[in-house]
Amino acid sequence: MPWNWKKNRLGRAKTAESPEEPLTRPALAWLLAALVLAAAPHASELPVWLSVLFAAMAGWRGFIALRGKSLPPRWLLLLLALLAGAGVLIDYRTLFGRDVGVALLVAMVACKLLETRVLRDGVVLVFLGYLLVMSNLLYSQEIPMVAYLFAVVLVMLAAQALIHRPHAGLRGVAPLRLAGMMVLQAIPVMLILFILFPRIPGPLWGLPKDAYKGRTGLSDEMMPGTVSELVRSDAVAFRARFGGVMPPPNQRYWRGPVLWRFDGRRWTRHEELPANIPTTFVPEGVAMDYSVILEPSNRRWLFALDLPARLPPRVGMTASFQLLRDQPINEVYRYEMQSYPNYRTGELTVAERFRGLQLPVRGNPRARALAAQWRERMSHPEDRVGAALALFREQAFYYTLTPPLLGADNVDDFLFRTRQGFCEHYASAFVFLMRAAGVPARVVTGYQGGEANDLGGYFIVRQSDAHAWAEVWLAERGGWARVDPTAAVAPGRVRDGLYAAVLNPELLPFLARRGGGGEYEWLRQLALSWDSLNNSWNEWVLAYGPDRQKEFLSGLGFGPVDWAEMTVAMTVTLGGFGLLVIGWRWRQRGTHDPVARAWQRFCARLARRGLARGPHEGPLDFTERVATSRPELASSVREIGQLYAHLRYGPIGASSDLRLLRHLVRRFRV
Amino acid sequence: MGAVLEDRLDLAIQQVGSTILGKEHAIRLALSCLLARGHLLIEDLPGMGKTTLAHALARCLGLQYQRIQFTSDLLPADILGAAVYERQRETFIFHPGPIFAQLILADEINRATPKTQSALLEAMEEGQVTIEGETRQLPEPFFVIATQNPAYQIGTFPLPESQLDRFLMRIALGYPDGQAERALLEGEDRREILARLPVCMMPAQLHELQGRLASVHVAAPLLDYVQALLAFSRQSNRFRGGLSPRAGLGLLRAARAWALLHRRGYVLPEDVQAVLPAVVGHRLHPSDDHLEQSPATLVEQLLEAVMVPA
Repeated sequence: MPWNWKKNRLGRAKTAESPEEPLTRPALAWLLAALVLAAAPHASELPVWLSVLFAAMAGWRGFIALRGKSLPPRWLLLLLALLAGAGVLIDYRTLFGRDVGVALLVAMVACKLLETRVLRDGVVLVFLGYLLVMSNLLYSQEIPMVAYLFAVVLVMLAAQALIHRPHAGLRGVAPLRLAGMMVLQAIPVMLILFILFPRIPGPLWGLPKDAYKGRTGLSDEMMPGTVSELVRSDAVAFRARFGGVMPPPNQRYWRGPVLWRFDGRRWTRHEELPANIPTTFVPEGVAMDYSVILEPSNRRWLFALDLPARLPPRVGMTASFQLLRDQPINEVYRYEMQSYPNYRTGELTVAERFRGLQLPVRGNPRARALAAQWRERMSHPEDRVGAALALFREQAFYYTLTPPLLGADNVDDFLFRTRQGFCEHYASAFVFLMRAAGVPARVVTGYQGGEANDLGGYFIVRQSDAHAWAEVWLAERGGWARVDPTAAVAPGRVRDGLYAAVLNPELLPFLARRGGGGEYEWLRQLALSWDSLNNSWNEWVLAYGPDRQKEFLSGLGFGPVDWAEMTVAMTVTLGGFGLLVIGWRWRQRGTHDPVARAWQRFCARLARRGLARGPHEGPLDFTERVATSRPELASSVREIGQLYAHLRYGPIGASSDLRLLRHLVRRFRV
Repeated sequence: MGAVLEDRLDLAIQQVGSTILGKEHAIRLALSCLLARGHLLIEDLPGMGKTTLAHALARCLGLQYQRIQFTSDLLPADILGAAVYERQRETFIFHPGPIFAQLILADEINRATPKTQSALLEAMEEGQVTIEGETRQLPEPFFVIATQNPAYQIGTFPLPESQLDRFLMRIALGYPDGQAERALLEGEDRREILARLPVCMMPAQLHELQGRLASVHVAAPLLDYVQALLAFSRQSNRFRGGLSPRAGLGLLRAARAWALLHRRGYVLPEDVQAVLPAVVGHRLHPSDDHLEQSPATLVEQLLEAVMVPA
């Protein structure tokens, strides 16, 4: 349905006369629907009693409207509000934070519903409703949620239309259609604002700490069980898009926290200050360029292939080649990266050598004895590395998601008794052996591998790709060299991924079973298509920050743009759009009437064939003249003429006649 | 009932048309004028069928018919009637004049003195006459067909503009075309045909049709068009004085009647255009710069200058 200026002008006269007019029943019905829809996604995280309370209050309000009963007395409402507040306080034990804030908002809306009587209350509820809609984005910003919230906004707008124009006679789905029209009209403005509104780095406002809880991801500690727990999740850690060739599987080591310090059980990071210039190394061969779209992790570290050579804005690099941002990553974050798969890191400092050889004072005597033996027999550190890998390869070691528990001397226990472990066991034992054998070594955690999504041309790296490996410093190799002891036990881990390599793959989640979907492989492919869509959403909507914005605008040929210029551009574009709309409306002013428009179209079509309507010619005279001069058109021309005359000059006709006229004119060929 | 009534209108047009050959448009205009409760002025040469038309209409519509031949010595009382003293009853008895009929043919109206003319015209306007202080209602319907001879103006009293305005329409019959003329010459005596004409409807039915006029729909765009016509006549320098509001009302009423005659429930610009020459022809006068233009040309100019809104 095209924009109808006249109808709207009529409608404007049908606004409410006073904000104290009672809310009409349809307005209340739409409002209730919108509020219930806006609150519905919260049901999963709200306490059950609050969800029930909200539903009950909404139902009660609906019942009051339906039966024409009176609203509950004020003291009862006050009591209910106090009880709900107390309930929230007892349930959450605080009044600050995201979850409790949402809970209070829901309770408030429920109470407000029961004192909503007039249009003014309706307006208040609409604004609370929009707040409720926005609060859902604190929990999810993915496509299904955003699409759902769009639908809720439509219903809310429909309710708003009925509140502001109670006498406009909007019936059935008419308010929804009006809302849709308004949203469609707002889309250009939305796009302009989205693209051009100056982005500031970091979040616009702070959120309470609990807003980021419950995010799985790699931690900066490692002990038996940390990685093998993490790989049970098929959540996406990040996605990467390569500009040129993709790295082969044995180079897909995504570097995360580097762990130096071992206390006999736990590996931890050494506090290093990141520098804002990349740590130098001698690159060999060609670099790989790629971009990473990181999911929120509430951690500061970024992932990059060994070894990263570029720093995104506000990111620093430690001496261990680890990337750290100044703020935890709590939004979808995209960065450009460059890595050299072949490198020489050069000499060790004294401090690094000291840290690279650090071991607990006591414990694991058998492992220490074995390492001392190697140290005696082999003069080249490289041979000691080979000996350790040979041990893993030749003895009966198993790669399993459910290793047995280890005792106090856990390295000894693992090496000589259980011999079943996951990456963290192998990395930990290997680095322990190396340090004991006098070779500087450290544990590197991160992700290994990733699944190529051919649909979107990018890699998906999931939590199930989490991995731990080792680095040893070898003078012959010119510095730190990567050694993956897990590859010695289960070569398939690096080549084909975890699902193919581990003893008990059935423990892995569905999406992590790369190539092992079996008869449900098509479902996995479907999930990959969906993931590709999500990736575009992340890249272009969620990760559209200051950097991406600058990149996009310079891609459009604007060159480097600062925020002031962006504001000017935004104002100019919006103003231009406004002028365009005004101009269009001005041009349309004569032909706002669909009947007239159809008739003019018909006349114009005939005029092009030399059968122009004289300015003083009435519709029937004109069509009769055309019918006489072009007998083959007579019947259709007469029908259109009759229909138009009837619509234009007859009593108010059925809208079906208008549709018919438009249809006939559209189909009319000279 | 509605359709039946309108069938009778068609029948009347057909019957009158069988008497006055080849003049269907004029007959329709005359009928519209009657339906719109207006009066008709026929301006034509003698012998063109004016009397026959009036007579045929009266017969077909079942109306009482009176013909008044206007002469220079005709007095108002000759038209209206007078109170005459009757000796037997020793009182004045009112003898109604010929005006107390439903359809009156006022022949050669411009031959009478202005005083007599205005007596008739007042009766036409008011629908009643006042004689010696007593008001008497004229019959219903009351329809006057007046004729005047345009060619010989010697010894006549041409109707002033204000009097002309009382007529809803002014038409001319004109010469019949060859075919009609031939049929006329071959046919039998008009008088005999007139005598045989059937009565097509009762006065009550005519009255009902007149009442139905109000229900003919007039849409806003049509009013726009009528207003544009009126405005143009007032603003253009071709006319001396534009159309009066009464002319506008008359135009709309006539257009409604025309639409009803064509069995349409609403008025089209074509209806307005069809009745426009008859309704405004005698109301428009050329300005001093355009004195040479005939009334027909003037109406044509008006028609062509005003756009029909799309």
